Amino acid sequence: MEYIPNILFLILLIAGAGFFIRNSKKIIRNIKIGHKVNASDHKKERWNNVIRIALGQSKMVARPLAGILHIIVYVGFIIINIEVLEIIIDGLFGTHRIFSGLGSIYGFLIASFEILAVLVLVSVSIFWLRRMVKRIPRFWSKEMTKWPKNDALYILYFEMVLMSLFLLMNATDTHFQNMGSGNIISQFIAPLFSSLGEGTLHLIERSAWWIHIIGIFIFLNYLYYSKHLHILLAFPNVYYGSVEAKGKFKNLESVTNEVKLMMDPNVDPFAAPPEGAEVPAKFGASDVLDLNRTQLLNAYTCTECGRCTSNCPANQTGKKLSPRKIMMDTRDRLEEIGKNINANGEFKPDNKQLLDDYITREELWACTTCNACVEACPVSIDPLSIIMDMRQYLVMEQSAAPNELNISMTNIENNGAPWPYNQMDRLNWKDE
Amino acid sequence: MSDTIKVPTMAEFLAQGKQPEVLFWVGCAGSFDDRAKKITKAFVKILNKANIDFAVLGTEESCSGDPAKRAGNEFLFQMQAMMNIQVLDGYEIKKIVTTCPHCFNTLKNEYPELGGNYEVMHHTQFLKDLLNEGRLKVEGGRYKGKRITFHDPCYLGRANNEYEALRDLLRKLEVELIEMNRCKSNGLCCGAGGAQMCKDAEPGDKEIFVERTEEAIEVQPSIIATGCPFCNTMMTDGVKVKEKEDDVQVLDIAEMIANADDL
Repeated sequence: MEYIPNILFLILLIAGAGFFIRNSKKIIRNIKIGHKVNASDHKKERWNNVIRIALGQSKMVARPLAGILHIIVYVGFIIINIEVLEIIIDGLFGTHRIFSGLGSIYGFLIASFEILAVLVLVSVSIFWLRRMVKRIPRFWSKEMTKWPKNDALYILYFEMVLMSLFLLMNATDTHFQNMGSGNIISQFIAPLFSSLGEGTLHLIERSAWWIHIIGIFIFLNYLYYSKHLHILLAFPNVYYGSVEAKGKFKNLESVTNEVKLMMDPNVDPFAAPPEGAEVPAKFGASDVLDLNRTQLLNAYTCTECGRCTSNCPANQTGKKLSPRKIMMDTRDRLEEIGKNINANGEFKPDNKQLLDDYITREELWACTTCNACVEACPVSIDPLSIIMDMRQYLVMEQSAAPNELNISMTNIENNGAPWPYNQMDRLNWKDE
Repeated sequence: MSDTIKVPTMAEFLAQGKQPEVLFWVGCAGSFDDRAKKITKAFVKILNKANIDFAVLGTEESCSGDPAKRAGNEFLFQMQAMMNIQVLDGYEIKKIVTTCPHCFNTLKNEYPELGGNYEVMHHTQFLKDLLNEGRLKVEGGRYKGKRITFHDPCYLGRANNEYEALRDLLRKLEVELIEMNRCKSNGLCCGAGGAQMCKDAEPGDKEIFVERTEEAIEVQPSIIATGCPFCNTMMTDGVKVKEKEDDVQVLDIAEMIANADDL
C-alpha cells in the first residue's frame, strides 16, 4: 500500500509525457506538410540569433515594460523548472526534498525560486491588468475573438496558480521551514497556518505538492491547444528565421527556369516537354500546403502578442490587414488539415483553402511590404512572406490583381515603367 | 551657376572605349515623375561638381521589376531583371548608384541569384563615401540650424539596415535633426511600397501617407527630408492634405546638398 503514491505518480508522469509526445508528433507532422526548407547555411549566424533573440529576448525589450516583465516570467519559468526535477524524483521514489542534502546550495536555490515565484506572480498580475483593465488595444482587436482572449487569460491564471501553490507548498512544509534556509518568502506565509495542527499542515502541504505537479502536467499538455507553444517553438523558429536582408524576397526558381527558356534564342518554343518531365509547381500559395515548413512553424510559434499588427501601417489606418491574423489563420487552417488527416488517414480535399476561406484578398492587397511586422516580431516570424506567396498565387495563377496594378504591369511589360511613358523618353529629363 | 548638366550615357562611354567609375541607375520615378526628376538632376549636379566619372543607361534602362515583384508578378519581375542584367553585363558594370531605395534593394539583393552581381549603393551611401574620401564638401549653407526631420524609407532602413548615411549627411548640413516618434527600425511606412504606388489604398479610415505626414508635422520641422522618390511624393501629398505647404518642404537629401551649395 505504501507504494500507491509512487505508482500514481509514475502513471501521471507517463500520461503527462505521453500525451505531450503524441501531440508534439502531430505538430511535427503538420509542419512537414509544408515544402522543405534548406537552413544549412549561415549556421553561426543562426545560432547567434537563437542566443540573442530567443534566449536573450533582445527584441522583447523594444517595448520596455512588457519586455522586462516577460523576461522575469521567462527566467522564472526556466529556473523554477529545476525544482520540478526534484519534485519528479521525490514523486517517483517517495523521497522528500531529495536535493536538500546539498545544504546551503539548496537553501540558495530554493530562496531564488521563491523570489522568482513572487516576481512572476507580480508580472503575471500586471499582464492581466494590461489586458483586462488597461485594455491595451492590440489585445482587443478584431481577430482576438473569444478563444484567443480566453487562451491568454487561462495561461495567466495557470501561472498564478502554479506559483501560489509552490509558495504554499513551501510555507506548509514544516520540515523545510525548520531548515531555516531557503524560505526567504515562505517564512512570511507560514505564520498564516501556525494555528493548524501538524496533520492538517501536512495535508495542505501534500495537496499543494500534488496539485502543483498535476498542474504542471496539465499545463504542458495545454500548450498544444494554445498559443503558448511559443515557449518551446520560439527557439527552432528563430533558428530557421531569415538571415538575409529583410528587403530580399526569395526568387521563385520555377519562374527562373521558364524565364531562362523564354530568353534563350536556341530553344524550340513548340517542343513538347520531355517524357516524364515534372509538371511545373503551382506558383505561389493558396493554401497552407503550398507554404514552406518555416512558414508553418511560424504559425505554430505565434503567441498572438500583436506587436506586428500594432506596427502595421495598413492596420493602423483602418485597413483589414493584420499580420497577426495572417499567422493565426495559417495555424487554424493547418490545424484543420491536421484534423482532416487524423480522421481520414490522409488529407481529403475539403473544398476549403487558406485564401478566401480564411484570408481575404482585401487583406493581402493592403500590404505595403514595409517589413514593420517582421521587424516587430520578438521571435522572428515573417507574416510578409505568406502575404507575398499568396499575392503570387493571385497574380500568376489567377490573374486576379487589382485592375490598376494590372495596368501598371502591362506598362512595365510594354514600356519598361509602371506608367505609360515611352522608354525612348527615359533620358528627356536631362534637357528639361 | 548654370543649369547645364552633363549626363553621359553608357553608350557614349563605350563608343569612346572608356568605362565610368559608377553607373547612375535613375529608375522610373527619377526618369518620368516631375517631382522625382528634380532629385535626379540635383544628384547629377552633385556628381558633376565632384567630377565623378559616371554614366546613365538612358533609354536602355528599364524598370528594375520591384513593383512587379512586390505585386506578386514574379514572372514579370524576373523578365525585367534578366533583361536588365543582360544590359548591365553587356557594359561590364561593376558599381551602381541609385536614388531610389526600391531599385537599390532589388538590384542589390534580388539580382545576384539571377546572375547580376554588382556593388550597389544608395545615393546617400555614395555621397557619404565621397565626403569621407574628401571628394565632396558639404557645408550647412542655407540649412544651417534649421529644424529638419527625416523619414526613413522602408527599403533603405528596415529592408537594408541603412539608417545612418542620410543622418550623417544631414549632420554635415549642420541642421537641427529632430527625430519623429517612430524612426529608424520603428519608422512608419509612407504607404507607397509593395506596389501600392500603382494602386488606390484598400478601404480604411485614413491614408497611410496622411498618418505619417501628421507624425512628421508634429515635430514642427521646416523640412521633411527623405531619400526615396516615392516617400517624397507621399509626404508631399501629405503636406498638401494638411495644408502646410507654406511651412513645411519635402526634400530629398540630394536636393538639400545641391541647394546648400547653390548648384
